[in-house]
Amino acid sequence: MLNVIWGFFLIGGILMGAFLGRMDLVTNAVISGGRSALELAFTMAGVVATWAGILKIAEKGGMIDLLEEKMAPFLNFLFPTVPSGHPARRYIAANFVANFLGLGWAATPAGLLAMKELAKLNGETGRASNAMCMFLVVNMSSLQLVTVNIIAYRAEYGSAAPAEIVGVGIAATLVTTFVGIMLAKLLEGREKK
Amino acid sequence: MNFLLWLSNFIIPVTVLMIIVFGCFKRVNLYEAFLEGAKEGLQTVVDILPTLIGLLVAVEVVRAGGLLDCMTYLLRPLEDWFGFPAELAPLTLVRLISSSAAMGLMTDLFTQFGPDSFLGRVASVMMSCTETVFYTMSLYFLSVHITKTRHTLFCALAANLVGVWIALVLVAEVFGR
Repeated sequence: MLNVIWGFFLIGGILMGAFLGRMDLVTNAVISGGRSALELAFTMAGVVATWAGILKIAEKGGMIDLLEEKMAPFLNFLFPTVPSGHPARRYIAANFVANFLGLGWAATPAGLLAMKELAKLNGETGRASNAMCMFLVVNMSSLQLVTVNIIAYRAEYGSAAPAEIVGVGIAATLVTTFVGIMLAKLLEGREKK
Repeated sequence: MNFLLWLSNFIIPVTVLMIIVFGCFKRVNLYEAFLEGAKEGLQTVVDILPTLIGLLVAVEVVRAGGLLDCMTYLLRPLEDWFGFPAELAPLTLVRLISSSAAMGLMTDLFTQFGPDSFLGRVASVMMSCTETVFYTMSLYFLSVHITKTRHTLFCALAANLVGVWIALVLVAEVFGR
């Protein structure tokens, strides 16, 4: 699926650029895309390394186990195929909590580690497991409760009440997450082994 | 309202503080543990770098070539039929692909209509309850070499569509049009 989307983006983008006479812009995009990725990675590296370090302290201190325990019923429902005590559950718990709090940069390292552990459970198949699909669907349905950056933008653009959308935002986020989880549960079917 | 902005300044330092203090009580070798994690974190960034490059090249080509504008245009009849505000269509599409580009579009809407307009509020809520699907999926799946993504894309897109719709409905309900 990702191959198809990626191919479609490039083929469609270039053909459309030729059709609209925007090949100069497309040329720039091809050249600068890699550079912006490197720049992003450069900024990301520092933050991700810091959070991964902090996360390690939390892990060694047993704080993440505690989180996992508190979230156990929720995790059991979402990921019935991940046995309790498996490291994947700890990273998933850490990722969810970081997302709730809006610590996007802290969520990424935990999320990638969670995927690594889920992949170990899955074996080298190239096919996503139910747990992986569920984990990503929950991540992509947005978990962040208070979107601070949006409030900040609203304040900057002269809103009389920048934070007035928080309540509605939380309600909408709960709805999207609920819909994502339910659809994933409906579609996942039995795991082929 | 300023309370939330004030609170947001506290989230990160307090989280760090709590983790460190907790680690102290549990006699963790703080700095050693940090270094171990940081090294793993750096390795992760290096591992995902090729994915990131491929991703951003594709996203920039789509934007530069005008494919996004074209898709927005093609979706217009559908939006009219559903009574979806045309001004929000680019944001809905771009949001799936690039977070920073979507932020740019949102601030454009703020400049044009004001953050306290109906469109400004819907845009704010939409941005709160949706996520960069293409980016997240590529990053996480490709980091573990998964190519068969099964129902993930469908569920994520459906959740995002519902998010856009619920943002419209709730804002109209709570603040009025």
